Amino acid sequence: MNKKDDTIKLEYDIIQNDFVRAGEASSNVKKILKQLGIDSKIIRRVAIVTYEAEMNIVIHSYGGKLLVEISSKKIEITAKDNGPGIEDIEKAMQEGFSTASNEIRELGFGAGMGLPNMKKCSDVLKIDSEKGKGTTVYMEIFMKSNQN
Amino acid sequence: MTLNDIKGILNAQVLTGEQFLDRKVSSAFGSDLMSDVLAFVDNSSVLLTGLTNPQVIRTAEMIDLFAIIFVRGKRPSDEIIKMGQRNNITILMTDYTLYTSCGKLYENGLKGIEFEKGVMT
Ligand SMILES: Nc1ncnc2c1ncn2[C@@H]1O[C@H](COP(=O)(O)OP(=O)(O)OP(=O)(O)O)[C@@H](O)[C@H]1O
Ligand SMILES: [Mg+2]
Repeated sequence: MNKKDDTIKLEYDIIQNDFVRAGEASSNVKKILKQLGIDSKIIRRVAIVTYEAEMNIVIHSYGGKLLVEISSKKIEITAKDNGPGIEDIEKAMQEGFSTASNEIRELGFGAGMGLPNMKKCSDVLKIDSEKGKGTTVYMEIFMKSNQN
Repeated sequence: MTLNDIKGILNAQVLTGEQFLDRKVSSAFGSDLMSDVLAFVDNSSVLLTGLTNPQVIRTAEMIDLFAIIFVRGKRPSDEIIKMGQRNNITILMTDYTLYTSCGKLYENGLKGIEFEKGVMT
């Protein structure tokens, strides 16, 4: 944990196909948000988006990083991986669209609901992806319900 | 309905979290799709599932579920039970199938979650 200018920065390595540790990063983020006394509705939204993003890196990518920045105004979540990239982002955003294999489906993933869930739970969502290079999913969740 | 009532209705075994059996459950959700669980289930609902991998516990942890019912007599590994224990989650196991388990709970007055299309709670 890195504390500077009241911003807390968290960084986790996410490993491809590591289903034993998958979810640990999100679990850790959630614990820290709880310790910080963040509003439980915000924690729920952050937990959902970090977990979906983490699982997408585990399932669909060669591996990457989950970065979380917590400030008094918002929580920024960046999920960045090393490929293979998303061919058609618009299609990937549709509810029910999934390229997950049968093995992955047997684990309970591949409903094609991860990206739609991230969109619903975040205030800002930006996806940058290039076939062959990698994907960066950037999200912001505002602290507003904490402030009023 | 309490977890203890559910234990009776489903003739279930308690694998961990015996001390929380008086917790009240407002509704139930049966699914093997983790993203659907994340999208629709609130923290006073109980999850019934046929999956027994660590991701079920992780998913429950993310949205603060306090109870999971494993159906069809599928016993999760000790490691999964321990994960549940660490998160204060009560884990029940019943021999009934998912459909029958849900039917029995519904029959006894436990309703499904309220779901509005496109609306997150
Ligand atoms: N980081 C990524 N790298 C490459 N492809 C991705 C990545 N994230 C998502 N995708 C593609 O977008 C599709 C939709 O993703 P989404 O998370 O919505 O559903 P899913 O992961 O397939 O299923 P679910 O999230 O419901 O378990 C995936 O099936 C995959 O083809
Ligand atoms: Mg996904």
